[in-house]
Amino acid sequence: MSEQKRGMSPGAPGAGPGPGGHKGPMGFGGPGMLSMPGQKAKNFKGTLRRLLGYLKPYRMKLTAVLLTAALSTVFGIVSPKLLGDATTKLFEGFMAKVNGVPGAAIDFAYVWHIIMVLIGLYIASSAFAYIQQYLMAGVAQKTVYTLRKQVDEKLARLPLKYFDARSHGEVMSRVVNDVDTISGTLQQSLTQMITSIITLIGVIVMMLTISPLMTLILILTLPLSFVVIRAIASRSRPHFKGQQQALGELNSHVEEMYTGHKIVKAFGREQSAVQKFDTINERLHEFAWKAQFISGIMMPLMMLVSNIGFVLVCVVGGVLVTRGSIRIGDVQAFIQYAQQFSQPITQTANIANVIQSTLAAAERVFEVLDEPEESAEPVSMAGTFSLQGHVRFEHVSFGYKEEEPLIRDMNIDVKPGMTVAIVGPTGAGKTTLVNLLMRFYEIGEGRITIDGRDIRELPRGELRSLFGMVLQDTWLFNGSIRENIAYGRAGATDEEVLQAAQAAHADHFVRTLPDGYDTILNEEASNISQGQKQLLTIARAFLADPAILILDEATSSVDTRTELLIQKAMSGLMEGRTSFVIAHRLSTIRDADLILVMNNGSVIEQGNHEELLRAGGFYAELYNSQFAGSGMAQQAG
Amino acid sequence: MRTLMRYLRPYRSMIIWTMVFVLLQSIANLYLPTLMSDIVNEGVVKENTPYILKIGGLMLLVSAVGAALSVGASYLASRTASGFGMRLRSSVFSHVERFSLQEFDKLGTASLITRTTNDITQLQQVLIMMLRMMVMAPMMCIGGIIMAVSKDAKLSLVIIAVIPVLALAIYLIGSKGIPYFKAMQTKIDKLNLVLREYLTGIRVVRAFNRTDHERERFDAANEDLTATSIKAAQIMAAIMPVMMLLMNVTSIAIIWFGGLRISEGHIQVGDLMAFLQYAMQILFSLMMASMMFNMLPRASASAARIREVLQTEPVIVDRDSATAAAHGPASVVFDQVSFRYPGAEKSALSGISFEALPGQVTAIIGGTGSGKTTLVSLIPRFYDVESGSVRIGGVDVRELSQEALRSRIGFVPQKALLFSGTIADNIRYGKEDATDEELCHAAEIAQASEFIAGMKDGFDSVIAQGGMNVSGGQKQRLSIARALIRKPDVYVFDDSFSALDYKTDARLRAALKDETQAATVIIVAQRVSTVMDADQIIVLEEGGVAGIGTHAELMETCGVYREIVTSQQTEEEIA
Repeated sequence: MSEQKRGMSPGAPGAGPGPGGHKGPMGFGGPGMLSMPGQKAKNFKGTLRRLLGYLKPYRMKLTAVLLTAALSTVFGIVSPKLLGDATTKLFEGFMAKVNGVPGAAIDFAYVWHIIMVLIGLYIASSAFAYIQQYLMAGVAQKTVYTLRKQVDEKLARLPLKYFDARSHGEVMSRVVNDVDTISGTLQQSLTQMITSIITLIGVIVMMLTISPLMTLILILTLPLSFVVIRAIASRSRPHFKGQQQALGELNSHVEEMYTGHKIVKAFGREQSAVQKFDTINERLHEFAWKAQFISGIMMPLMMLVSNIGFVLVCVVGGVLVTRGSIRIGDVQAFIQYAQQFSQPITQTANIANVIQSTLAAAERVFEVLDEPEESAEPVSMAGTFSLQGHVRFEHVSFGYKEEEPLIRDMNIDVKPGMTVAIVGPTGAGKTTLVNLLMRFYEIGEGRITIDGRDIRELPRGELRSLFGMVLQDTWLFNGSIRENIAYGRAGATDEEVLQAAQAAHADHFVRTLPDGYDTILNEEASNISQGQKQLLTIARAFLADPAILILDEATSSVDTRTELLIQKAMSGLMEGRTSFVIAHRLSTIRDADLILVMNNGSVIEQGNHEELLRAGGFYAELYNSQFAGSGMAQQAG
Repeated sequence: MRTLMRYLRPYRSMIIWTMVFVLLQSIANLYLPTLMSDIVNEGVVKENTPYILKIGGLMLLVSAVGAALSVGASYLASRTASGFGMRLRSSVFSHVERFSLQEFDKLGTASLITRTTNDITQLQQVLIMMLRMMVMAPMMCIGGIIMAVSKDAKLSLVIIAVIPVLALAIYLIGSKGIPYFKAMQTKIDKLNLVLREYLTGIRVVRAFNRTDHERERFDAANEDLTATSIKAAQIMAAIMPVMMLLMNVTSIAIIWFGGLRISEGHIQVGDLMAFLQYAMQILFSLMMASMMFNMLPRASASAARIREVLQTEPVIVDRDSATAAAHGPASVVFDQVSFRYPGAEKSALSGISFEALPGQVTAIIGGTGSGKTTLVSLIPRFYDVESGSVRIGGVDVRELSQEALRSRIGFVPQKALLFSGTIADNIRYGKEDATDEELCHAAEIAQASEFIAGMKDGFDSVIAQGGMNVSGGQKQRLSIARALIRKPDVYVFDDSFSALDYKTDARLRAALKDETQAATVIIVAQRVSTVMDADQIIVLEEGGVAGIGTHAELMETCGVYREIVTSQQTEEEIA
């Protein structure tokens, strides 16, 4: 389970070139590689609006971010012009000297003055840029916090149906990866977009004030940039897609071969595994280098376009200066503007992509938030009745899918203290009963009552607290043994935990562990055995002290001695409680007050051992085949 | 990185050409400002329009050449990085395929998967960035310095003064920020853990009504992560503004000192303008390099993990003298076998001796941790014994080639594992060239025909990855069919009936009886009913043999066995 471990780091360093100031020589904006085209949101506008809704509480801060971003950019934009003025002054003084004007010198006082102003502007620009990033850090992370919290709270209200229908990985990827994508975008792309737009407008304005003609020439190179971006994006897309597909195939092949390593070895199929791997690997290589290459061309081509603009500006500017229509410093400033000009365009192309995939991620998160929840909770009846554990199914029908009913008109009456054994072949749908009793799923028709009360009249929490559940796939979490047992009841004392462990026959083995009750179970809880895990879950049920029990008898992977302990612990637990046992042991089944025989998800027979044997149905056959098992030698031989 | 470097060797000439291209391209880019300064110095000052046009044309040519070189570099870099990734991946995978279970235990399956997939992809990405940027950054930096010094050595002092300041600023901010980024990663892991636990235990959480408790846990992890993320992002917020400020201040300084130099007649205005461009190139390349350095620690962590895989040598290898033994009935003999897992204090098995004969069923029973699975793992040589020997058909398993040895064994593991593909593919995994009749026969014996026939596409029904769409019992039956189709000399069933209900279990064993008549059958089991009618039962306890014999004999002589029996069956059934 390591697929989710590497989250993306929100707000990673290197937030791309900021606003204003000088950029790279020929105007290449950061690692200008095309990223993998992301998924698109189905409902672009709606999702965007909803996402923006999350930013509402930070209106003030966001206004400040906008303001500082704008100020920082504007200050950055003004400075090349001032720098150009300084150059012009130098040039004029120099020309005067060259031309031998008497007493000619460079006006250093003026240049000094400009420099002082510039320093002020630069400091202000940087300071504002810092404030903007700083504020955005808080806004972005807090928004993401809210989103994550909402999703988690939502998960608590979703019916089990939702979780059964999808893999853990899928749910986790929505809570973790998708939310991270949003966080990254908020942190970087949002402000980048703002500064890009302001830069673009500001630069055009500044360029127009210098020379409309040169501005026109530069803008004429714009369509060229767009053509380049589009051509490359559309050419690289199939390769990226192929790459993604091949990578997915390769990864699942690796996963399968490694998890099945024992089988691969046992059947001597290493060679064919390697062959298949190499085939996919080569396909991946073909796609990968082409995708990389084509998207890698983007940068040099954009640079070429920008250089063409640069050359045009130099030539036209030079000619204009010789004619005296503009000043040399203006050409210098113009060159700098020209460099800043192409950058926001490349950036916007990238940002558009980022926004697409962010909205797709947001949409997936919102999908979770919009899932239908469990029906509303009725008013609590805590303490209004003392529980005996009389469970009745009255004309119950149910099916996971409406068109495939599993249970039709089922009636059972379980008196307090009775033991009900549920038997049937594996996969017969025994968990269905658990799902219904605990109201993990809603029944179709009829009703289930406990002590005469419809379970739908109880809040789910209270209903579930009536039940104790010990299942074969034990669930323990990464924490101490004490904490794991105490999970059964909030606020249990150490003394109570100890008593529960003793009652569950778990005390002995816990004490043999080096840290006793403080032993920390690791992430897979693999530092204790399967049987010991079951003892702990029994202890947990003891602590919860429920009126009704749902038990799952151990079949495999538990050694016989531990199984004996589990058996003892279970019978202790069952004393005086109404119990539903998913039974595998004949003795349990025979001693049960009621046997429910399940097959293919529905209850096909019910009654006690004698009745069912007499009926000569499925149960009788099942029971006899068990005896056939013991007497195999005679029968089969 | 050294071990991995050899995967770059086939691309040596490509890498050299990439560097040459990038160098030439950098020079082309640096040449542009020089030409621009010519426009100013010669064209503008002397008001020579044809000259301006001529140089302009030259600049376009230089730009085009630069772009062409860059495209070439991109081509070479893409092929190199992707080819490197492919070779490395292929060699890691085939290396891992040679591993015995011991190396898998040591490195962990999940970790091996990550190393083969994510880590290599990571390296490949860094490599391409390195080829494109890391090469370009120093080239541009050096080129820029050369050009700057050649224009005006004294003015270059400004640049020399700024570089250490810039480096220091990057270092200071980076060293403050990086610990937060590291902490962030562990906190993301923690959040994932909490969530994963919640998802896997959702029934328990709800049954115990502890949803609020889980929510608090998640919220705590969430808050913790958020606080750290904010801190990290706030520190990193300083990087860009500081860099921008430094670059801008540099350009002012150049204008000021350059102005002084101009007034003293050392340089011309055009030179100053070119100089400004050089300075920006140099500083920008430094910033680019600093971004690259951010990627290096991650890449080197990946590289270290991959290297560990490649440097792990499988402990089980075929001997040079390994022979391919003839097929035919073969006994399995354990002769004073002891074994311990690497690094374990206690032996998992000690002094095990027994003989399993062809045509007989040998059952192994015992508690968890008594060494049953370990014992049968020694037969196909998943592990090597510490002392003693395991012999098959009279030959020590270590004398046989692994392939020859395993081709004689039909192994059914405890955890039924299927591969994605059709049901037929999965059964044929045991014998690639099996006919349809063989396929049906194997399925029939394994009691799988019925449910296979019930599926929409029969044998062509597709099994999802991990066999998610078939039940545990069905998986086990398919995994038994897979072993049966080989018609091996030795069958090993490692607790392979556990997910079957009594009825299927009984039918299956009856059918197996005929099928495996001539073969040596070894069955590990938990249920006494499964082992009762075996020809010999071996009772294991704490890695040693507690008793060997038939059911009746053991009931007389072996206390451990009696205890197991009583715990599982009522008096009536034993009798």
